[in-house]
Amino acid sequence: MKKEERTIKIGPKLLELLSKFGKIELEDVEIEAGELEIWVQPILRAAAPPAKVAVPPKPAKPAKPSAILEAPFTPLIEKYPEKIREVKLGATRSEGGSRGKTITVGGEESMSYYLFEKAPPHPPVIATDVFDMPISLPKAVKMHIKEVMGDPAAWAEMAVEKFGADLVTVELMSTDPLIKDASPKEAVKTVEEVLQAVDVPIIVGGCGDPKKDAEVFVEVAEMASGERVLLSSLTLDMDEAGVLERVAKAAAKHGHVVLAFTALDLNRAKELNRKLYPLIPEDSIIMDLTTAALGYGIEYTFSIYERARLAALMGDEELQHPILSGTTNAWAAREAWMKMGPEWEPRELRGPIWETVTGLVLLLAGVDIFMMMHPYAIRTMKKIIEEFSSMGKADPEKIADWVTVKI
Amino acid sequence: MTEREIKKGVTELSPIEVYMLLPRTNCRECGEENCMAFAVKLVNRETALEKCTELLKEEYRESLEKLKELLAPAVKEVTIGVGSRAVKVGGKLVMYRHEFTYHNPTPIAVDVTDEMPLKALREGEESLLDRVKKIESFTYNYIGRDLRLDMVAVRSTSNDPATFKSAVENVLKATEMPLILCTFNPNVMEAGLVASYKRRPLIYAATKDNWREMAELALMYNCPLAVFAPNDLNLLRSLSKTLLEYGVEDLLLDPGTFPGKGLSDTINNFTMIRRNACKGGDELLGFPLIGTPITAWLEGGDPKEAAWNEAYVAAMLIARYADLLIMHNLEGWAQLPVLVWRFNVYTDPRKPVSVEAGLRVFGNPDENSPLLLTTNYALTYFTVESDVKKAGIDCYLLVVDTEGISVESAVAGRYLTAENIAEAIKESGIEKKINHKYLIIPGLAARLSGETEEELGGEWRVMVGPKDSSGIAGFLKENWPPRGE
Repeated sequence: MKKEERTIKIGPKLLELLSKFGKIELEDVEIEAGELEIWVQPILRAAAPPAKVAVPPKPAKPAKPSAILEAPFTPLIEKYPEKIREVKLGATRSEGGSRGKTITVGGEESMSYYLFEKAPPHPPVIATDVFDMPISLPKAVKMHIKEVMGDPAAWAEMAVEKFGADLVTVELMSTDPLIKDASPKEAVKTVEEVLQAVDVPIIVGGCGDPKKDAEVFVEVAEMASGERVLLSSLTLDMDEAGVLERVAKAAAKHGHVVLAFTALDLNRAKELNRKLYPLIPEDSIIMDLTTAALGYGIEYTFSIYERARLAALMGDEELQHPILSGTTNAWAAREAWMKMGPEWEPRELRGPIWETVTGLVLLLAGVDIFMMMHPYAIRTMKKIIEEFSSMGKADPEKIADWVTVKI
Repeated sequence: MTEREIKKGVTELSPIEVYMLLPRTNCRECGEENCMAFAVKLVNRETALEKCTELLKEEYRESLEKLKELLAPAVKEVTIGVGSRAVKVGGKLVMYRHEFTYHNPTPIAVDVTDEMPLKALREGEESLLDRVKKIESFTYNYIGRDLRLDMVAVRSTSNDPATFKSAVENVLKATEMPLILCTFNPNVMEAGLVASYKRRPLIYAATKDNWREMAELALMYNCPLAVFAPNDLNLLRSLSKTLLEYGVEDLLLDPGTFPGKGLSDTINNFTMIRRNACKGGDELLGFPLIGTPITAWLEGGDPKEAAWNEAYVAAMLIARYADLLIMHNLEGWAQLPVLVWRFNVYTDPRKPVSVEAGLRVFGNPDENSPLLLTTNYALTYFTVESDVKKAGIDCYLLVVDTEGISVESAVAGRYLTAENIAEAIKESGIEKKINHKYLIIPGLAARLSGETEEELGGEWRVMVGPKDSSGIAGFLKENWPPRGE
């Protein structure tokens, strides 16, 4: 993030100049020439040379046209040199697991949903959060899952059957040393129950404590051998705690996928991936670059996801992984759950629209997997993803006269 | 319009190029140290050419023209309305926010119709004046700024010139907000313009059928003109060319907003147009884009569902290049996420949204008052500040430099650690101001409590506060003063 703040767009001539002096002071910001180049060049390359365009000819004395002057539209198509890796989640019986179906994400060759250029090979998918213990949830969410709270297997079934989740995330919150400190054995049992309750691919979410997560993930990986679950998440903190290698190797040995989590920092995301490459196949890594809630930093998330996709397409191999968003974080925004004045009610809608908007703008930034919670938000996301599967459905007649319609 | 070279992409523009065209007198009239510093600011869009008084001299006429060309945005900036409430739309320099910054936050217009009663006749009926007042007064205070709606779109559902004229007059009297006059009938449009042209409304819209009459009106009344060609980019581009030839300079383009089936076409049309303008230098498409999420209401059905659909379509269009939106709902729950998203995406990615780190004082704290801690992310800080002030708490607040990152992410990304908390405490001089050693940290930083006590040499006790700062008052009521060891 620090780098992003410091990036000032400067053309090649100044860069040349800079390289002579080594560094230059712009206002209060000191920038090393080398650093500047690293961050400026991909952008420079991305800006394609402008094509020739028709400029209306200018007669000496302009005569007002009496008929429409034809000026046909040709979309500007870019061809990127590289693409996002494909990652498969879940495994069927014949593949060594027990899932009813598998899900493949990634493989994009263009910016998110530039359908005119290249449609994504796989639609984004939605994972629903299921907690392994009763937790406090916003009222708007709680009202929909009251009867399954504390029963992860039943919750998972409901998520798939009633809400239409493509995957289920088992959040092993009870393993947190600061909460219940449940043992890896207990966690394994919970995951096993969920695997039996539903046949979609699953994500296993840790508690965020690097050492504890490592212990739990290693045992879950062994129990669920061959199921190709997504372990959420592996971090640089794990590396610092000296447990990253053990977890990544266990995941690789048992054929799972890992979620590489970093906090809004592409350099750190790349660093973590570099640490993972010797330990686990490249097609078994998905990235989470952090989702900040709408109103609480979502613009960082939006821009970092767009930058990651663009850099990946331009050839940055360390960023060519599918991307996951913890869209549930939308509920961290107080506007999503707080009681406000009557003019902002009902909050039963304000909450889920908050999650929906958070998800949809990130869909446009290039997210492949959404972790979501509210059934209304999930329903809208699924509807849009379905609508975005193709173009050519707009009916001009339908809106041609919107101006006079009585609402 | 002069035939000119294709504009360089903004990311390719160099301060040297700009510098070479400046007078290079280093006169400092612009307020900068020298001409090079001024050139850097110009390229970064942090100052305006007009500040260089030297440039206005005859000898620099050619340079000034060249500079104007060099610095012209890929998407033309068009002004609608007059005076302090006028809105500027477009003026976009880049396609992706991270490449530079998005300028001119998408104004949102909300509609009224010319058949609404001026004042409510029956209980529960919505009148024209009520609705205008509601649009005008809609506001939400978000981190110290008021988020508002910007314009009124007057739709002629009557298709009658006199009715439209009278409605426009009434709206003009009721508000200073800029207007959009919506009718495809040139006679009706002229009636509206006669009443309002001095306020420079947007004419909505020229179509393949009425473009000539609308162009005449735009020229006669000197108002900006919208072009409407639903899902037909060939027609849209052709109309743009035709109207430019006709002499109309301030255009806005509406490729149609299809809220249900066709939303993928909508988003792709907006994207294709903006790419051709920004990356291809296509001047016929280098105009602000209009999105009309209001079309979500054409589907009929439950009003709550329509408002829901309208809200997310609006948010998606803000993400994908709409420079102006026309909407219908005035529901707080549905407009709030749209207004907040607009604010967020239009912040300058070059500047961190952070506040200065250090010790803040609230109320009149004494040596027994609590010490709270938060990060220097602006949104976090202002939220905490507003809650502490609202509750009238006397306390100290230690703002730790987390490079402008919020508590949860700062803990995860190690921007908030036991080490920098301990350092912040030492540097703040708080130890001389209070005679206790209790530190209250945010609930989302609970993980750091043990480490922080250790880092502080075991002298301090760290108390884990609420996860949301709205709970600070309640937390202190229960836990302060601390009940000893």
